[in-house]
Amino acid sequence: MTAQTATRPSPAAAGTRRLTYLQAISEGLRDEMRADERVFVMGEDIGVFGGAFKVTDGFLEEFGPERVIDTPLAESAIIGTAVGAAVVGMRPVCEMQFADFISCGFDQLVNVAGKMHYRQGLAVPITVRLPSGGGFSGGPFHSQNPEAWFMHAPGLKVVAPSTPADAKGLLIAAIRDPNPVVFLEHKHLYRRIKGEVPAGPYATELTARVARPGRDLVVIAYGAMVHVALEATAPEALDGAQVEVLDLRTLVPLDEAAILDAVRRCSKVVIVDEANATCAAGAQVAALIAQRGFEHLDGPVVRVATPDVPIPFSPPLEQAVLPSVERVREACRELLAY
Amino acid sequence: MATQTLRPAAAGEPGDAPAGDHLTRSDRIELLRAMLLMRGIEQRAMTLYRQGRVPGSFYDGYGQEAISAGAAFAMAPQDRLCVLHRDLAAHLVRGVAPARILAQYMGRATGVTGGRDGNVHFGDRALGCVGMVSMLPDMMLVATGMAMAFKLRGERRVALTFFGDGATSRGDFHEALNWAAVQRLPVIFVLENNQYAYSTPLDKQFAVPPIERASAYGVAGETVDGNDVEAVFEVVRAARERALAGGGPTLIEAVTMRMHGHAAHDDMRYVPREQLAAWARRDPIDRQARRLAALPDPVDVEALRAAVQAEIDAATEEALAAPMPDPATATDGVFCEGEPEPLGDGRAPWSGFARTEA
Repeated sequence: MTAQTATRPSPAAAGTRRLTYLQAISEGLRDEMRADERVFVMGEDIGVFGGAFKVTDGFLEEFGPERVIDTPLAESAIIGTAVGAAVVGMRPVCEMQFADFISCGFDQLVNVAGKMHYRQGLAVPITVRLPSGGGFSGGPFHSQNPEAWFMHAPGLKVVAPSTPADAKGLLIAAIRDPNPVVFLEHKHLYRRIKGEVPAGPYATELTARVARPGRDLVVIAYGAMVHVALEATAPEALDGAQVEVLDLRTLVPLDEAAILDAVRRCSKVVIVDEANATCAAGAQVAALIAQRGFEHLDGPVVRVATPDVPIPFSPPLEQAVLPSVERVREACRELLAY
Repeated sequence: MATQTLRPAAAGEPGDAPAGDHLTRSDRIELLRAMLLMRGIEQRAMTLYRQGRVPGSFYDGYGQEAISAGAAFAMAPQDRLCVLHRDLAAHLVRGVAPARILAQYMGRATGVTGGRDGNVHFGDRALGCVGMVSMLPDMMLVATGMAMAFKLRGERRVALTFFGDGATSRGDFHEALNWAAVQRLPVIFVLENNQYAYSTPLDKQFAVPPIERASAYGVAGETVDGNDVEAVFEVVRAARERALAGGGPTLIEAVTMRMHGHAAHDDMRYVPREQLAAWARRDPIDRQARRLAALPDPVDVEALRAAVQAEIDAATEEALAAPMPDPATATDGVFCEGEPEPLGDGRAPWSGFARTEA
């Protein structure tokens, strides 16, 4: 695997529109439901209400209650019944109202879905959408980034787009994948981030992407932290240093070749997670670089992440723990001077 | 919705009467054969375990053979099952060869999971079965999801899952019954009440008889003598008819007794001897054997036993000759590459299906 460069989709390309990250997810889901009658969606309040964040707004009218299922408030059942539907040929897409609630469906995802193919050769093509992340006073139960739980569980793919075009393409790739895929969509990007999105269904390869090329240092991030990294490392903010930003896009599979290529190019690495620091995705990236990229390093691998605390509610407390533009910039500044 | 409570006492002691007119003579022999095969394979496996040929521990369903045999016998080829660890006869009815089961226990390459999982943790996907996980009521939700897909696609099929008395305490039991009732799904929940969850007796598991929950969820509920294979068949057959007619799910409580320990290591000192002795008199195989021997045209049960034993002996030889899995393959197959292969259709030996199709 190699990282794709940030050339696609170009703003000038025909057939693209400027959509929010949320609109792009919604469009990807709708396009795939139109193209494949095996695809259906289920979750809490996703039908009549259109979802807590309105991702499935209008779906009930278009696809009907059989394919847009308002479920009981039961996350284990949402995942478990999706597994059952998948093994008899359907392609369910489950919505957790908030990523945090996946803890109630953990067993079905980790023990039933994740281990099924290895044990029995039975594929479980389900997609579990997790509105994740903090930054808006969601508090300890509406702000988490639980991706590392699922990276650690064999048999699950984990993707985390940062742009509208990738959100659509990776969601479609997740639905088409024959395996269970945990799809992390960052709530703070939903309406804040806009970008050019190609019309019609397309699947984006599960690889990393160079969000901005550079040569003096690379910041490796995913999800909302890609945008923090880009802002933190604008050339004018760092005395003209050429800082690369590598957007992982997928955590399982992890694009190891793209990570090691970036280390070879830049020799200095800052890894940013919005998740709690211990055993986060970034820790795995750091371990990979220590094992296989050591020869190319020109400084310590630096990590910026949320300390190991629940995400607090009050704005000054939340801002004190989530990685900020300033913290990332400061980490880069120190490492550039190393 | 009405909840019938046919307690085992009401079902007869030891109740040798035939159940209904849905079973032909050869069906009734087939039911006995499935139970004999289950018991014989598990007894052989226990021997292999004591010889050190079965790694880990070993779990059996001694005394509970009627439930999985009778329930699976009521399932059509296109129906789908989630089978648990005391339900070996369901696999046999669906068509899994005994040699593959014995190889499975011994972790051989030719076992149903090829050594990936042990014991009765398997399902032959080609025969429409999903293998269990150790968190037992989890499969209730998987079965519910299969039924949801059948309903969504307008197919005349049902899903069935087994679980035990201990499983009724977990949230997935509640989530599955509630969900299936709300969506009125064609799913059959077979609760094997075998009196103990490991060492925990019923009075520490629930304060309300579990079948009473059926009406609370709005599903049909039936209690059946779990040691009467024909009664189990009949209640599951009726539940299937109800599901196909749009009547939604059924909770069936099959009352039985776990006659062995939780697993091979468990001497079950916590079970009163008189309780075991009382249930031993209700052995499901003895009961069916007596029934068939008492027919106007008696079945030669001893010949059947001998044929089953010969089949198990041959299967044992075959399994013992099978290779162990190649360690180089230990990390293969975590992910599916390419197009998924969905569940296939199982064997469905009940003559009623042939009669319906004819």
